[in-house]
Amino acid sequence: MTLENDPAALIREKALWMRRTAFRMVHEAQLGHPGGDFSAIDIMATLYFGVMNYDPAQPDLASRDRFIMSKGHATGALYTALCAAGYYPEDWLKTYMQPKSLLNGHPNRNYLPGIETNTGPLGHGFPVAVGIAIAGQISGADYRTFVLTGDGEQQEGSNWEAAMTAGHRKLENLTLIIDRNRLQQGQGTEQTAGLDPLDDKYRAFGFHVEMADGHDVGALLALLSASPKGRGKPLCIIANTVKGKGVSFMENQAGWHHGVPNTEQFAQAMEELV
Amino acid sequence: MAAPAVKTEGLRDCRDAWSLTLCDLAANDPRIVAVVNDSIGSSKLGGFQKQFPDRLVNVGIAEQCMVGVGAGLANGGKVPFVSAASCFLTGRALEQVKADIAYAGFNVKLVGQSSGVAYGELGATHHSIEDFAWLRPLTNITVIVPADAWETAEAVKWAADHEGPVYLRLSRMPVPDLAVENRVFRPGKAEILRAGGDVTLIANGTIAHIALAAADLLAAEGINARVLNMATLNPLDEAAVLAAAEETGAIVTAEEASVRGGLGGAVAELTSAHRPVPVERIGFPGFLPTGSVEWLFREYGLSAEGIAERARAAMTRASK
Repeated sequence: MTLENDPAALIREKALWMRRTAFRMVHEAQLGHPGGDFSAIDIMATLYFGVMNYDPAQPDLASRDRFIMSKGHATGALYTALCAAGYYPEDWLKTYMQPKSLLNGHPNRNYLPGIETNTGPLGHGFPVAVGIAIAGQISGADYRTFVLTGDGEQQEGSNWEAAMTAGHRKLENLTLIIDRNRLQQGQGTEQTAGLDPLDDKYRAFGFHVEMADGHDVGALLALLSASPKGRGKPLCIIANTVKGKGVSFMENQAGWHHGVPNTEQFAQAMEELV
Repeated sequence: MAAPAVKTEGLRDCRDAWSLTLCDLAANDPRIVAVVNDSIGSSKLGGFQKQFPDRLVNVGIAEQCMVGVGAGLANGGKVPFVSAASCFLTGRALEQVKADIAYAGFNVKLVGQSSGVAYGELGATHHSIEDFAWLRPLTNITVIVPADAWETAEAVKWAADHEGPVYLRLSRMPVPDLAVENRVFRPGKAEILRAGGDVTLIANGTIAHIALAAADLLAAEGINARVLNMATLNPLDEAAVLAAAEETGAIVTAEEASVRGGLGGAVAELTSAHRPVPVERIGFPGFLPTGSVEWLFREYGLSAEGIAERARAAMTRASK
Protein backbone atom coordinates (compact mmCIF):
# COMPACT_ATOMS: atom_id res chain seq x y z
CA MET A 1 0.00 0.00 0.00
CA THR A 2 1.16 3.52 -0.68
CA LEU A 3 0.56 6.50 1.54
CA GLU A 4 -2.04 7.79 -0.91
CA ASN A 5 -4.37 4.85 -0.50
CA ASP A 6 -3.57 4.01 3.11
CA PRO A 7 -4.96 6.87 5.21
CA ALA A 8 -3.71 5.37 8.48
CA ALA A 9 -0.16 5.22 7.14
CA LEU A 10 -0.35 8.86 6.07
CA ILE A 11 -1.60 9.83 9.53
CA ARG A 12 1.20 7.89 11.20
CA GLU A 13 3.76 9.61 9.00
CA LYS A 14 2.34 13.04 9.89
CA ALA A 15 2.27 12.12 13.56
CA LEU A 16 5.93 11.10 13.46
CA TRP A 17 6.86 14.43 11.85
CA MET A 18 4.77 16.26 14.47
CA ARG A 19 6.50 14.46 17.36
CA ARG A 20 9.99 15.13 16.01
CA THR A 21 9.17 18.73 15.20
CA ALA A 22 7.36 19.45 18.47
CA PHE A 23 10.23 18.00 20.49
CA ARG A 24 12.72 20.11 18.55
CA MET A 25 10.60 23.20 19.29
CA VAL A 26 10.58 22.38 22.99
CA HIS A 27 14.30 21.66 22.97
CA GLU A 28 15.16 24.91 21.23
CA ALA A 29 12.81 27.01 23.36
CA GLN A 30 13.65 25.05 26.51
CA LEU A 31 9.98 25.53 27.26
CA GLY A 32 6.84 23.56 26.55
CA HIS A 33 4.63 20.68 27.54
CA PRO A 34 6.00 17.68 25.61
CA GLY A 35 4.30 14.98 27.69
CA GLY A 36 0.82 16.21 26.83
CA ASP A 37 1.84 17.07 23.26
CA PHE A 38 2.84 13.45 22.68
CA SER A 39 -0.25 11.92 24.22
CA ALA A 40 -2.42 14.03 21.89
CA ILE A 41 -0.47 13.95 18.64
CA ASP A 42 -1.98 10.77 17.16
CA ILE A 43 -5.46 12.15 17.82
CA MET A 44 -4.53 15.48 16.25
CA ALA A 45 -2.96 13.85 13.20
CA THR A 46 -6.07 11.70 12.74
CA LEU A 47 -8.35 14.74 12.87
CA TYR A 48 -6.30 16.95 10.56
CA PHE A 49 -5.22 14.31 8.05
CA GLY A 50 -8.12 11.90 8.09
CA VAL A 51 -11.31 13.45 9.36
CA MET A 52 -11.81 17.21 9.28
CA ASN A 53 -12.90 19.42 6.41
CA TYR A 54 -10.95 22.65 6.25
CA ASP A 55 -9.14 24.90 3.82
CA PRO A 56 -5.96 26.58 5.08
CA ALA A 57 -6.36 29.20 2.33
CA GLN A 58 -9.75 30.17 3.78
CA PRO A 59 -9.36 29.66 7.52
CA ASP A 60 -12.60 31.51 8.32
CA LEU A 61 -14.81 29.63 5.89
CA ALA A 62 -18.20 29.34 7.60
CA SER A 63 -18.64 25.69 6.60
CA ARG A 64 -15.31 24.50 8.01
CA ASP A 65 -15.12 21.84 10.67
CA ARG A 66 -13.84 23.31 13.92
CA PHE A 67 -11.17 21.95 16.23
CA ILE A 68 -10.52 23.39 19.68
CA MET A 69 -7.46 22.47 21.68
CA SER A 70 -8.91 22.94 25.13
CA LYS A 71 -5.74 21.64 26.76
CA GLY A 72 -4.13 24.80 25.44
CA HIS A 73 -0.69 24.04 26.83
CA ALA A 74 -0.31 21.29 24.20
CA THR A 75 0.82 23.82 21.62
CA GLY A 76 3.53 21.47 20.35
CA ALA A 77 0.74 19.20 19.09
CA LEU A 78 -1.49 22.04 17.84
CA TYR A 79 1.11 24.18 16.07
CA THR A 80 2.73 21.23 14.30
CA ALA A 81 -0.70 19.99 13.17
CA LEU A 82 -1.68 23.39 11.79
CA CYS A 83 1.70 23.79 10.13
CA ALA A 84 1.55 20.34 8.55
CA ALA A 85 -1.99 21.09 7.42
CA GLY A 86 -0.72 24.14 5.55
CA TYR A 87 -1.86 27.05 7.68
CA TYR A 88 1.61 28.57 7.88
CA PRO A 89 5.20 27.81 6.86
CA GLU A 90 7.54 25.62 8.87
CA ASP A 91 9.86 28.57 9.48
CA TRP A 92 7.34 30.03 11.91
CA LEU A 93 7.79 27.07 14.24
CA LYS A 94 11.33 28.21 14.97
CA THR A 95 9.98 31.21 16.85
CA TYR A 96 8.07 29.04 19.36
CA MET A 97 7.64 31.03 22.59
CA GLN A 98 10.24 33.62 21.62
CA PRO A 99 9.47 37.27 22.46
CA LYS A 100 6.53 38.52 20.40
CA SER A 101 6.25 35.23 18.52
CA LEU A 102 2.89 34.40 16.99
CA LEU A 103 3.46 30.97 18.52
CA ASN A 104 2.54 31.95 22.04
CA GLY A 105 2.87 29.43 24.86
CA HIS A 106 -0.89 29.10 24.60
CA PRO A 107 -2.87 29.51 21.37
CA ASN A 108 -4.28 32.85 20.31
CA ARG A 109 -6.77 33.11 17.45
CA ASN A 110 -5.72 36.67 16.71
CA TYR A 111 -2.15 35.59 16.05
CA LEU A 112 -2.46 32.45 13.99
CA PRO A 113 -4.91 31.20 11.36
CA GLY A 114 -6.66 27.94 12.19
CA ILE A 115 -7.09 28.64 15.88
CA GLU A 116 -10.76 28.82 16.78
CA THR A 117 -10.54 30.30 20.26
CA ASN A 118 -7.96 31.26 22.83
CA THR A 119 -7.25 28.56 25.36
CA GLY A 120 -4.79 27.90 28.13
CA PRO A 121 -6.76 28.23 31.34
CA LEU A 122 -8.37 24.81 31.60
CA GLY A 123 -12.06 24.13 31.19
CA HIS A 124 -12.67 26.84 28.58
CA GLY A 125 -12.64 24.96 25.29
CA PHE A 126 -15.61 22.68 25.83
CA PRO A 127 -18.20 25.42 26.52
CA VAL A 128 -16.95 27.35 23.47
CA ALA A 129 -17.23 24.20 21.35
CA VAL A 130 -20.79 23.78 22.62
CA GLY A 131 -21.54 27.34 21.51
CA ILE A 132 -20.12 26.65 18.05
CA ALA A 133 -22.24 23.52 17.79
CA ILE A 134 -25.36 25.42 18.89
CA ALA A 135 -24.66 28.06 16.23
CA GLY A 136 -24.56 25.26 13.67
CA GLN A 137 -27.78 23.81 15.04
CA ILE A 138 -29.55 27.19 14.82
CA SER A 139 -28.25 27.81 11.28
CA GLY A 140 -28.83 24.28 10.06
CA ALA A 141 -25.15 24.09 9.12
CA ASP A 142 -23.43 20.74 8.64
CA TYR A 143 -20.02 21.49 10.08
CA ARG A 144 -18.68 19.35 12.89
CA THR A 145 -17.03 20.65 16.04
CA PHE A 146 -14.25 18.71 17.76
CA VAL A 147 -12.81 19.60 21.13
CA LEU A 148 -9.88 17.90 22.81
CA THR A 149 -9.57 18.19 26.58
CA GLY A 150 -7.03 16.74 28.93
CA ASP A 151 -8.27 14.23 31.46
CA GLY A 152 -7.01 16.24 34.42
CA GLU A 153 -8.84 19.15 32.82
CA GLN A 154 -12.09 17.28 33.41
CA GLN A 155 -11.74 18.31 37.03
CA GLU A 156 -12.79 21.84 36.02
CA GLY A 157 -16.52 22.26 36.68
CA SER A 158 -17.15 24.28 33.54
CA ASN A 159 -16.83 21.03 31.57
CA TRP A 160 -19.81 19.59 33.38
CA GLU A 161 -21.86 22.69 32.71
CA ALA A 162 -20.98 22.28 29.03
CA ALA A 163 -21.75 18.55 29.11
CA MET A 164 -25.18 19.28 30.53
CA THR A 165 -25.98 21.77 27.76
CA ALA A 166 -24.56 19.55 24.99
CA GLY A 167 -26.53 16.52 26.15
CA HIS A 168 -29.70 18.51 26.69
CA ARG A 169 -29.54 20.00 23.21
CA LYS A 170 -28.55 16.70 21.57
CA LEU A 171 -25.65 18.29 19.71
CA GLU A 172 -24.84 15.40 17.41
CA ASN A 173 -22.30 17.40 15.43
CA LEU A 174 -20.20 17.87 18.55
CA THR A 175 -17.40 15.49 19.44
CA LEU A 176 -15.55 15.66 22.73
CA ILE A 177 -12.28 13.77 22.84
CA ILE A 178 -10.70 13.23 26.24
CA ASP A 179 -6.96 12.63 26.21
CA ARG A 180 -7.02 10.02 28.98
CA ASN A 181 -3.32 9.68 29.82
CA ARG A 182 -4.19 9.38 33.50
CA LEU A 183 -1.53 11.90 34.57
CA GLN A 184 -1.90 15.54 35.44
CA GLN A 185 0.82 18.05 36.29
CA GLY A 186 1.67 16.67 39.70
CA GLN A 187 0.66 13.01 39.73
CA GLY A 188 -2.03 10.59 38.56
CA THR A 189 -5.56 11.83 38.01
CA GLU A 190 -6.95 9.07 40.19
CA GLN A 191 -4.57 9.99 43.01
CA THR A 192 -5.55 13.66 42.73
CA ALA A 193 -9.30 13.85 42.21
CA GLY A 194 -10.48 10.64 40.61
CA LEU A 195 -12.44 10.76 37.36
CA ASP A 196 -13.46 7.16 36.82
CA PRO A 197 -15.87 5.95 35.68
CA LEU A 198 -15.61 8.75 33.15
CA ASP A 199 -17.59 6.88 30.48
CA ASP A 200 -20.57 6.39 32.77
CA LYS A 201 -20.51 10.05 33.68
CA TYR A 202 -20.74 11.13 30.04
CA ARG A 203 -23.41 8.53 29.29
CA ALA A 204 -25.42 9.95 32.15
CA PHE A 205 -25.10 13.40 30.58
CA GLY A 206 -26.60 12.13 27.33
CA PHE A 207 -23.50 11.40 25.28
CA HIS A 208 -22.74 8.47 23.07
CA VAL A 209 -19.46 7.24 24.55
CA GLU A 210 -16.71 5.29 22.84
CA MET A 211 -13.50 4.06 24.42
CA ALA A 212 -10.47 4.00 22.17
CA ASP A 213 -6.73 3.46 22.12
CA GLY A 214 -5.65 7.03 21.50
CA HIS A 215 -2.56 5.90 19.61
CA ASP A 216 -4.35 3.46 17.27
CA VAL A 217 -4.94 5.80 14.38
CA GLY A 218 -6.93 3.18 12.46
CA ALA A 219 -9.41 2.85 15.31
CA LEU A 220 -9.54 6.61 15.85
CA LEU A 221 -10.10 7.16 12.15
CA ALA A 222 -13.05 4.77 12.11
CA LEU A 223 -14.66 6.37 15.15
CA LEU A 224 -14.07 9.98 14.17
CA SER A 225 -14.90 9.78 10.49
CA ALA A 226 -18.23 8.00 11.00
CA SER A 227 -21.09 10.34 10.12
CA PRO A 228 -22.77 11.75 13.21
CA LYS A 229 -26.07 12.18 11.35
CA GLY A 230 -28.92 10.45 13.10
CA ARG A 231 -26.94 9.73 16.24
CA GLY A 232 -29.04 12.24 18.12
CA LYS A 233 -26.39 12.66 20.79
CA PRO A 234 -23.03 14.31 21.12
CA LEU A 235 -20.11 11.91 20.90
CA CYS A 236 -17.53 11.49 23.64
CA ILE A 237 -14.40 9.53 22.82
CA ILE A 238 -12.33 8.59 25.81
CA ALA A 239 -8.95 8.10 24.21
CA ASN A 240 -6.65 6.05 26.40
CA THR A 241 -3.21 7.48 25.82
CA VAL A 242 0.31 7.47 27.20
CA LYS A 243 1.79 10.75 28.33
CA GLY A 244 5.08 11.23 26.47
CA LYS A 245 4.14 8.46 24.00
CA GLY A 246 6.97 7.49 21.66
CA VAL A 247 9.99 8.46 23.74
CA SER A 248 11.04 5.81 26.25
CA PHE A 249 12.21 8.07 29.03
CA MET A 250 9.14 10.30 28.83
CA GLU A 251 6.38 7.71 28.73
CA ASN A 252 4.06 7.77 31.73
CA GLN A 253 6.26 10.24 33.60
CA ALA A 254 4.35 13.11 35.19
CA GLY A 255 7.61 15.08 35.30
CA TRP A 256 7.49 15.42 31.51
CA HIS A 257 4.26 17.42 31.70
CA HIS A 258 6.40 20.49 31.25
CA GLY A 259 9.84 18.91 31.25
CA VAL A 260 12.40 20.03 28.67
CA PRO A 261 15.12 17.86 27.14
CA ASN A 262 18.86 18.39 27.46
CA THR A 263 21.08 17.75 24.47
CA GLU A 264 21.53 14.04 25.20
CA GLN A 265 17.83 13.48 25.79
CA PHE A 266 16.99 15.31 22.59
CA ALA A 267 19.44 13.15 20.62
CA GLN A 268 18.04 9.96 22.14
CA ALA A 269 14.48 11.00 21.35
CA MET A 270 15.40 11.66 17.72
CA GLU A 271 16.89 8.16 17.53
CA GLU A 272 13.71 6.65 18.92
CA LEU A 273 11.31 8.74 16.83
CA VAL A 274 11.86 7.08 13.47
CA MET B 1 -35.68 37.32 44.34
CA ALA B 2 -37.53 40.33 45.64
CA ALA B 3 -37.30 43.37 43.42
CA PRO B 4 -36.44 46.56 45.23
CA ALA B 5 -39.42 48.74 46.01
CA VAL B 6 -39.18 51.89 43.93
CA LYS B 7 -41.79 54.43 42.99
CA THR B 8 -42.28 54.07 39.27
CA GLU B 9 -44.37 57.11 38.44
CA GLY B 10 -42.68 58.98 35.61
CA LEU B 11 -39.77 56.59 35.66
CA ARG B 12 -38.74 53.90 33.21
CA ASP B 13 -37.08 50.53 33.67
CA CYS B 14 -34.20 50.41 31.18
CA ARG B 15 -34.64 46.66 30.86
CA ASP B 16 -37.82 47.31 28.86
CA ALA B 17 -35.87 49.47 26.43
CA TRP B 18 -33.20 46.77 26.21
CA SER B 19 -35.54 43.90 25.47
CA LEU B 20 -37.79 45.76 23.01
CA THR B 21 -34.76 47.06 21.12
CA LEU B 22 -33.23 43.60 20.96
CA CYS B 23 -36.45 42.18 19.51
CA ASP B 24 -36.55 44.94 16.89
CA LEU B 25 -32.96 44.25 15.91
CA ALA B 26 -33.41 40.48 15.87
CA ALA B 27 -36.38 40.79 13.52
CA ASN B 28 -34.05 42.25 10.92
CA ASP B 29 -30.85 40.38 11.71
CA PRO B 30 -31.01 36.60 11.96
CA ARG B 31 -27.51 36.53 13.43
CA ILE B 32 -28.76 37.96 16.72
CA VAL B 33 -29.24 35.40 19.47
CA ALA B 34 -29.77 35.71 23.20
CA VAL B 35 -28.00 33.57 25.78
CA VAL B 36 -29.26 33.38 29.35
CA ASN B 37 -28.71 31.51 32.60
CA ASP B 38 -32.31 30.81 33.61
CA SER B 39 -32.70 34.58 33.60
CA ILE B 40 -35.41 35.06 30.98
CA GLY B 41 -37.72 36.86 33.40
CA SER B 42 -35.17 39.10 35.06
CA SER B 43 -33.70 39.89 31.64
CA LYS B 44 -37.19 40.65 30.36
CA LEU B 45 -36.62 38.30 27.44
CA GLY B 46 -39.99 36.58 27.54
CA GLY B 47 -41.04 38.47 24.40
CA PHE B 48 -37.80 37.54 22.64
CA GLN B 49 -38.38 33.90 23.54
CA LYS B 50 -41.89 34.04 22.10
CA GLN B 51 -40.79 35.71 18.89
CA PHE B 52 -37.54 33.81 18.37
CA PRO B 53 -37.75 30.54 20.31
CA ASP B 54 -34.87 28.97 18.37
CA ARG B 55 -32.61 31.94 19.00
CA LEU B 56 -32.82 31.97 22.76
CA VAL B 57 -30.19 29.72 24.31
CA ASN B 58 -30.87 29.00 27.97
CA VAL B 59 -27.92 27.08 29.41
CA GLY B 60 -29.41 26.94 32.87
CA ILE B 61 -27.65 28.13 35.97
CA ALA B 62 -24.19 27.80 34.49
CA GLU B 63 -22.48 31.14 33.98
CA GLN B 64 -19.06 29.90 32.92
CA CYS B 65 -20.66 27.75 30.25
CA MET B 66 -22.93 30.64 29.29
CA VAL B 67 -20.05 32.99 28.50
CA GLY B 68 -18.09 30.26 26.70
CA VAL B 69 -21.18 29.41 24.65
CA GLY B 70 -21.39 33.10 23.75
CA ALA B 71 -17.86 32.94 22.37
CA GLY B 72 -18.71 29.78 20.42
CA LEU B 73 -21.84 31.33 18.95
CA ALA B 74 -19.75 34.25 17.74
CA ASN B 75 -17.30 31.80 16.20
CA GLY B 76 -20.28 30.24 14.42
CA GLY B 77 -21.26 33.60 12.90
CA LYS B 78 -23.89 34.71 15.39
CA VAL B 79 -24.12 38.00 17.28
CA PRO B 80 -24.84 36.79 20.80
CA PHE B 81 -26.23 38.96 23.57
CA VAL B 82 -25.39 37.16 26.80
CA SER B 83 -27.72 38.43 29.49
CA ALA B 84 -27.60 37.65 33.19
CA ALA B 85 -27.47 39.31 36.56
CA SER B 86 -24.19 41.14 36.34
CA CYS B 87 -22.95 39.95 39.74
CA PHE B 88 -22.77 36.42 38.28
CA LEU B 89 -22.05 37.29 34.65
CA THR B 90 -18.94 39.27 35.52
CA GLY B 91 -18.06 37.62 38.81
CA ARG B 92 -18.67 33.91 38.44
CA ALA B 93 -17.50 33.92 34.84
CA LEU B 94 -14.76 36.54 35.10
CA GLU B 95 -12.06 34.31 33.65
CA GLN B 96 -14.34 33.36 30.76
CA VAL B 97 -15.03 37.05 30.17
CA LYS B 98 -11.30 37.68 30.16
CA ALA B 99 -10.05 34.71 28.13
CA ASP B 100 -12.98 33.74 25.91
CA ILE B 101 -14.40 37.19 25.15
CA ALA B 102 -11.85 39.96 25.74
CA TYR B 103 -8.58 38.21 24.96
CA ALA B 104 -10.07 36.20 22.12
CA GLY B 105 -11.81 39.32 20.83
CA PHE B 106 -15.10 37.62 20.03
CA ASN B 107 -18.05 39.66 18.88
CA VAL B 108 -20.08 39.02 22.02
CA LYS B 109 -22.31 41.46 23.86
CA LEU B 110 -22.43 40.87 27.59
CA VAL B 111 -25.46 42.44 29.21
CA GLY B 112 -25.30 42.77 32.97
CA GLN B 113 -28.76 43.07 34.47
CA SER B 114 -29.73 44.37 37.92
CA SER B 115 -26.29 45.86 38.36
CA GLY B 116 -24.95 47.97 41.17
CA VAL B 117 -27.12 47.60 44.26
CA ALA B 118 -30.38 46.88 42.48
CA TYR B 119 -30.62 43.74 44.62
CA GLY B 120 -29.96 45.84 47.69
CA GLU B 121 -31.80 43.72 50.22
CA LEU B 122 -30.28 40.49 48.92
CA GLY B 123 -26.90 41.45 50.24
CA ALA B 124 -23.36 41.85 49.00
CA THR B 125 -23.26 38.53 47.13
CA HIS B 126 -25.89 39.92 44.79
CA HIS B 127 -24.54 43.44 44.51
CA SER B 128 -22.52 44.10 41.39
CA ILE B 129 -20.34 46.99 42.45
CA GLU B 130 -17.01 45.41 41.51
CA ASP B 131 -17.75 44.86 37.83
CA PHE B 132 -16.23 48.16 36.67
CA ALA B 133 -12.95 47.35 38.40
CA TRP B 134 -12.96 43.80 37.03
CA LEU B 135 -13.67 44.72 33.43
CA ARG B 136 -11.84 48.00 33.00
CA PRO B 137 -8.39 46.37 32.65
CA LEU B 138 -9.75 44.01 29.94
CA THR B 139 -8.95 46.80 27.57
CA ASN B 140 -10.78 45.71 24.45
CA ILE B 141 -14.22 45.38 26.02
CA THR B 142 -16.27 48.50 25.49
CA VAL B 143 -18.05 49.16 28.78
CA ILE B 144 -21.27 51.16 28.48
CA VAL B 145 -23.48 52.24 31.36
CA PRO B 146 -26.66 53.82 29.99
CA ALA B 147 -28.33 56.49 32.07
CA ASP B 148 -31.90 56.17 30.85
CA ALA B 149 -34.20 54.25 28.55
CA TRP B 150 -33.26 56.24 25.45
CA GLU B 151 -29.57 55.73 26.01
CA THR B 152 -30.15 52.04 26.70
CA ALA B 153 -31.91 51.57 23.37
CA GLU B 154 -29.17 53.49 21.54
CA ALA B 155 -26.47 51.46 23.27
CA VAL B 156 -28.11 48.16 22.33
CA LYS B 157 -28.37 49.28 18.70
CA TRP B 158 -24.77 50.43 18.68
CA ALA B 159 -23.55 47.21 20.29
CA ALA B 160 -25.33 45.10 17.68
CA ASP B 161 -23.59 47.04 14.91
CA HIS B 162 -20.20 47.20 16.54
CA GLU B 163 -17.75 44.39 15.76
CA GLY B 164 -16.16 43.44 19.07
CA PRO B 165 -16.80 42.69 22.73
CA VAL B 166 -19.16 44.98 24.63
CA TYR B 167 -20.38 45.03 28.22
CA LEU B 168 -23.68 46.83 28.74
CA ARG B 169 -24.39 47.51 32.36
CA LEU B 170 -28.07 47.86 33.11
CA SER B 171 -29.97 48.36 36.33
CA ARG B 172 -33.48 47.34 37.28
CA MET B 173 -34.21 50.57 39.12
CA PRO B 174 -36.53 52.83 37.12
CA VAL B 175 -34.96 56.15 36.16
CA PRO B 176 -36.29 59.35 34.58
CA ASP B 177 -35.49 60.26 31.02
CA LEU B 178 -32.67 62.79 30.90
CA ALA B 179 -34.00 66.01 29.43
CA VAL B 180 -31.38 66.71 26.80
CA GLU B 181 -32.30 68.16 23.44
CA ASN B 182 -31.13 66.62 20.16
CA ARG B 183 -29.30 63.78 21.79
CA VAL B 184 -26.89 61.70 19.79
CA PHE B 185 -25.37 58.56 21.30
CA ARG B 186 -21.63 58.75 20.89
CA PRO B 187 -19.80 55.79 22.44
CA GLY B 188 -16.52 56.80 24.00
CA LYS B 189 -17.62 60.39 24.39
CA ALA B 190 -18.88 62.08 27.51
CA GLU B 191 -22.26 63.75 27.13
CA ILE B 192 -22.37 67.28 28.50
CA LEU B 193 -25.62 67.36 30.44
CA ARG B 194 -24.97 70.84 31.77
CA ALA B 195 -22.28 73.43 31.12
CA GLY B 196 -20.45 75.00 34.02
CA GLY B 197 -17.04 76.25 35.06
CA ASP B 198 -16.85 75.99 38.87
CA VAL B 199 -16.72 72.25 39.41
CA THR B 200 -17.42 69.13 37.33
CA LEU B 201 -19.76 66.34 38.32
CA ILE B 202 -19.12 63.12 36.39
CA ALA B 203 -21.63 60.31 36.68
CA ASN B 204 -23.25 57.55 34.66
CA GLY B 205 -26.05 55.03 34.78
CA THR B 206 -28.60 55.49 37.52
CA ILE B 207 -26.63 58.37 39.04
CA ALA B 208 -26.56 60.72 36.05
CA HIS B 209 -29.97 62.26 36.79
CA ILE B 210 -29.06 62.64 40.46
CA ALA B 211 -25.91 64.54 39.45
CA LEU B 212 -28.13 66.90 37.50
CA ALA B 213 -30.29 67.47 40.58
CA ALA B 214 -27.11 68.16 42.56
CA ALA B 215 -26.15 70.78 39.98
CA ASP B 216 -29.53 72.45 40.58
CA LEU B 217 -28.80 72.64 44.30
CA LEU B 218 -25.38 74.11 43.62
CA ALA B 219 -26.80 76.61 41.13
CA ALA B 220 -29.06 77.94 43.87
CA GLU B 221 -25.87 78.81 45.76
CA GLY B 222 -24.32 80.45 42.73
CA ILE B 223 -22.06 77.51 41.88
CA ASN B 224 -22.04 76.55 38.22
CA ALA B 225 -21.39 72.85 38.02
CA ARG B 226 -20.56 71.11 34.77
CA VAL B 227 -22.31 67.74 34.56
CA LEU B 228 -20.95 64.96 32.38
CA ASN B 229 -22.72 61.69 31.63
CA MET B 230 -19.83 59.23 31.20
CA ALA B 231 -21.89 56.43 29.73
CA THR B 232 -18.81 54.81 28.23
CA LEU B 233 -16.49 53.81 31.02
CA ASN B 234 -14.09 52.03 28.71
CA PRO B 235 -12.59 53.60 26.72
CA LEU B 236 -12.84 56.67 28.93
CA ASP B 237 -13.29 60.06 27.28
CA GLU B 238 -9.93 61.31 28.48
CA ALA B 239 -10.21 64.62 26.66
CA ALA B 240 -13.45 65.47 28.46
CA VAL B 241 -11.97 64.58 31.85
CA LEU B 242 -8.80 66.59 31.28
CA ALA B 243 -10.81 69.53 29.98
CA ALA B 244 -12.93 69.36 33.12
CA ALA B 245 -9.82 69.31 35.29
CA GLU B 246 -8.29 72.21 33.39
CA GLU B 247 -11.40 74.36 33.13
CA THR B 248 -13.15 73.70 36.45
CA GLY B 249 -10.27 72.67 38.72
CA ALA B 250 -12.28 70.22 40.79
CA ILE B 251 -14.12 66.99 40.00
CA VAL B 252 -16.69 64.83 41.72
CA THR B 253 -17.39 61.35 40.42
CA ALA B 254 -20.56 59.53 41.39
CA GLU B 255 -21.35 55.97 40.43
CA GLU B 256 -23.43 53.02 41.60
CA ALA B 257 -20.25 51.03 42.10
CA SER B 258 -17.25 50.58 44.31
CA VAL B 259 -15.11 53.68 44.70
CA ARG B 260 -12.15 51.43 43.93
CA GLY B 261 -11.33 50.92 40.31
CA GLY B 262 -14.46 52.26 38.65
CA LEU B 263 -15.37 55.64 37.18
CA GLY B 264 -13.79 57.48 40.11
CA GLY B 265 -10.69 55.36 39.87
CA ALA B 266 -10.40 55.97 36.13
CA VAL B 267 -10.79 59.73 36.52
CA ALA B 268 -8.31 59.83 39.41
CA GLU B 269 -5.74 57.76 37.48
CA LEU B 270 -5.95 60.09 34.55
CA THR B 271 -5.97 63.40 36.36
CA SER B 272 -3.19 62.43 38.78
CA ALA B 273 -0.96 61.66 35.82
CA HIS B 274 -1.81 64.63 33.61
CA ARG B 275 -3.66 67.37 35.44
CA PRO B 276 -3.81 66.82 39.20
CA VAL B 277 -6.93 68.36 40.72
CA PRO B 278 -9.05 67.34 43.71
CA VAL B 279 -11.23 64.36 42.79
CA GLU B 280 -13.97 63.42 45.23
CA ARG B 281 -15.17 59.88 44.54
CA ILE B 282 -18.68 58.94 45.57
CA GLY B 283 -19.65 55.31 45.52
CA PHE B 284 -19.50 52.33 47.81
CA PRO B 285 -16.51 51.64 50.05
CA GLY B 286 -16.74 47.82 50.06
CA PHE B 287 -19.16 45.07 51.03
CA LEU B 288 -22.42 46.70 51.96
CA PRO B 289 -25.05 46.02 54.58
CA THR B 290 -28.43 44.89 53.40
CA GLY B 291 -30.92 47.60 52.60
CA SER B 292 -33.14 48.97 49.89
CA VAL B 293 -31.51 50.59 46.92
CA GLU B 294 -32.91 53.96 48.00
CA TRP B 295 -31.51 53.56 51.49
CA LEU B 296 -28.10 52.52 50.19
CA PHE B 297 -28.00 55.51 47.85
CA ARG B 298 -28.80 57.92 50.68
CA GLU B 299 -26.48 56.24 53.15
CA TYR B 300 -23.47 56.44 50.84
CA GLY B 301 -24.01 59.92 49.49
CA LEU B 302 -25.52 59.05 46.12
CA SER B 303 -28.11 61.78 46.48
CA ALA B 304 -28.38 65.34 45.18
CA GLU B 305 -27.46 66.63 48.63
CA GLY B 306 -24.59 64.18 48.99
CA ILE B 307 -23.11 65.02 45.62
CA ALA B 308 -23.51 68.77 46.22
CA GLU B 309 -21.73 68.45 49.55
CA ARG B 310 -18.78 66.66 47.95
CA ALA B 311 -18.70 69.28 45.20
CA ARG B 312 -18.24 72.00 47.81
CA ALA B 313 -15.52 69.87 49.43
CA ALA B 314 -13.73 69.46 46.11
CA MET B 315 -13.90 73.21 45.46
CA THR B 316 -12.55 73.94 48.93
CA ARG B 317 -9.64 71.55 48.35
CA ALA B 318 -8.97 73.15 44.98
CA SER B 319 -8.82 76.64 46.43
CA LYS B 320 -6.19 75.72 49.02
